[in-house]
Amino acid sequence: MADGEVQTLDYQQRRWHNIRKLLERSGPFCHPDFEPSAEILDFIMNSCKVLIVGAGGLGCELLKDLALMGFKKLHIVDMDTIELSNLNRQFLFRKNDIGLSKAKCAVEFVNKRVPGCEAVAHHCSIQDLDEGFYRQFHIVVCGLDSIVARRWLNGMLMSLLQYNDDRSLDQSSVIPLVDGGTEGFKGNARVILPGMSACIECTLDLYPPQKTFPLCTIANTPRLPEHCIEYVKVLQWAKENPWGSSTSLDGDDPQHVAWVYEKAQERATKYGITSVTYRLTQGVLKNIIPAVASTNAAIAATCATEVFKLATSCCTNMNNYMVLNMSEGVYTYTFAAEKRPDCIACSNTTRSMEIESNATLQAIYDKLCEDKGYLMKSPGITTIINGRNKTLYMSSIKSIEEKTRDNLKKKITELGLYNGADILVADVTTPNTLTIKLKFSNNLDDDMGR
Amino acid sequence: MIKLFSLKQQKKDEEGSARAGGSQKKASAAQLRITKDLNELNLPKTCNTEFPDPDDLLNFKLIICPDEGFYRGGRFVFSFKVGPNYPHEPPKVKCETAVYHPNIDLEGNVCLNILREDWKPVLTVNSIVYGLQYLFLEPNPEDPLNKEAADELQSNRRLFEQHVQRAMRGGYVGSNYFERCLK
Ligand SMILES: [Zn+2]
Repeated sequence: MADGEVQTLDYQQRRWHNIRKLLERSGPFCHPDFEPSAEILDFIMNSCKVLIVGAGGLGCELLKDLALMGFKKLHIVDMDTIELSNLNRQFLFRKNDIGLSKAKCAVEFVNKRVPGCEAVAHHCSIQDLDEGFYRQFHIVVCGLDSIVARRWLNGMLMSLLQYNDDRSLDQSSVIPLVDGGTEGFKGNARVILPGMSACIECTLDLYPPQKTFPLCTIANTPRLPEHCIEYVKVLQWAKENPWGSSTSLDGDDPQHVAWVYEKAQERATKYGITSVTYRLTQGVLKNIIPAVASTNAAIAATCATEVFKLATSCCTNMNNYMVLNMSEGVYTYTFAAEKRPDCIACSNTTRSMEIESNATLQAIYDKLCEDKGYLMKSPGITTIINGRNKTLYMSSIKSIEEKTRDNLKKKITELGLYNGADILVADVTTPNTLTIKLKFSNNLDDDMGR
Repeated sequence: MIKLFSLKQQKKDEEGSARAGGSQKKASAAQLRITKDLNELNLPKTCNTEFPDPDDLLNFKLIICPDEGFYRGGRFVFSFKVGPNYPHEPPKVKCETAVYHPNIDLEGNVCLNILREDWKPVLTVNSIVYGLQYLFLEPNPEDPLNKEAADELQSNRRLFEQHVQRAMRGGYVGSNYFERCLK
């Protein structure tokens, strides 16, 4: 055997030495059901597929952490390109990378730096990827700064859940979501088992609302420099439309920012307010909170650890929401966020309804009102056909009732519904809009695949 | 505890192997929630909604025709735009009818606390409807957007009432012209 090969083998032995201690022997902190084995390392290296959502401050940390832990089948998705201001903390990027895809650069760097890593980049938005894409993963870990994106991802993972005939959850359809977020010196990390524990929508109230000021204050009694900037943003822009009425204010456009800055200064002078600065203008327009590299590192490390625990079962996961606050000292605690029984996302288990393929919409409506399982009062029925929302019938709103009344007489197939299609039903008797899958009872040729 | 390792030793489906029938787009949480809100909309008798496109539940109009107070006999149209982050963020509401009102400016901006700083995800479209209706019954000079109107309401109620009437009939108040909006 050549010297080089011996060295490599030796290196491989030493490289996973510490991880092996965790996975190949038991210990007092192990989960009681944990069975140590050498296969677990093989699983995380060769089978376990992890999707990292976001390749920014948290994403760079996550990709590095997971690759160094032995995960090889990593995918990372981000639609953004690299900007100069990212470089202080998004350490996988260099000055030459400015303007390039974050996902691609991050992957290139890590695959080169960490031997054996096979990370794959997706330079697109999360909404561009479909169910088939998400279903391939064992775990999704996300480091996003957008609540809309988080909610979308949460909804996607919920929609992948499968239920058994007795309406119990098929656990093999569960893709755990580990979610990290940071804001300045504050951060949080959480573990979500879709359908089993509190999800993003269950705890939507925990996200601080965007800081807003009363409209009348910014219009009449400004006291802070922020009031002046908000005034220009909310009121003056729409009034003066400096770039024409079709151009909306873009916080990334330096000309727009300069215009707002100038007008805000004028207003500030009028009210004797000082310290409207260009930076503050930018900050208010884009709602920027300075990112702190060490907060990202701490939160990403927590998330990566939870991914490792989920993948290996070597230790119990956190239960289930960790808060970190380093703005005064270092403070952290973990609490169990509760699953809301009326959560719009995770209590919305799809039911199915048997219906004849030549039935009318009226037949569905009657079933919803009369069948023991439903007994609804005035169900509003909508669906999605070819990606577009369609209101089938809604009696509570007069103008919609008039326009959709004729649908009741139509056959459901005429309305575009098919065997396996989902209808969405809202009614006062249920805490949420229900998703109901249609099952054609006399169906000969199965057109589920349509 | 979910044992991923034992549950899923088998490799997962390769990318792109979408299951048959799984291709229908899922409704967003915002969509599910607004459907619920609208199906349970319980309008006071002075209010009505209009949906230019019944398939689009995210964009609609609310028409308020107050039957008492300064604005009795008027017809005021508000546009509602519900964004993808509903109900984390409130709908965007604008008044499309020019109105001489302390809390509504000439661009149609409305000063109603639950539309901005006091919005909470537990609130619904119904809460906003009642809030807007209340603005016509009890215009609030303490939170002015139209400062002239607010000052006038505080200093000279009769003059304010006359100006409201003039604006609703169609005409000038000061240098601002108001379209007729009587029913
Ligand atoms: Zn939930």
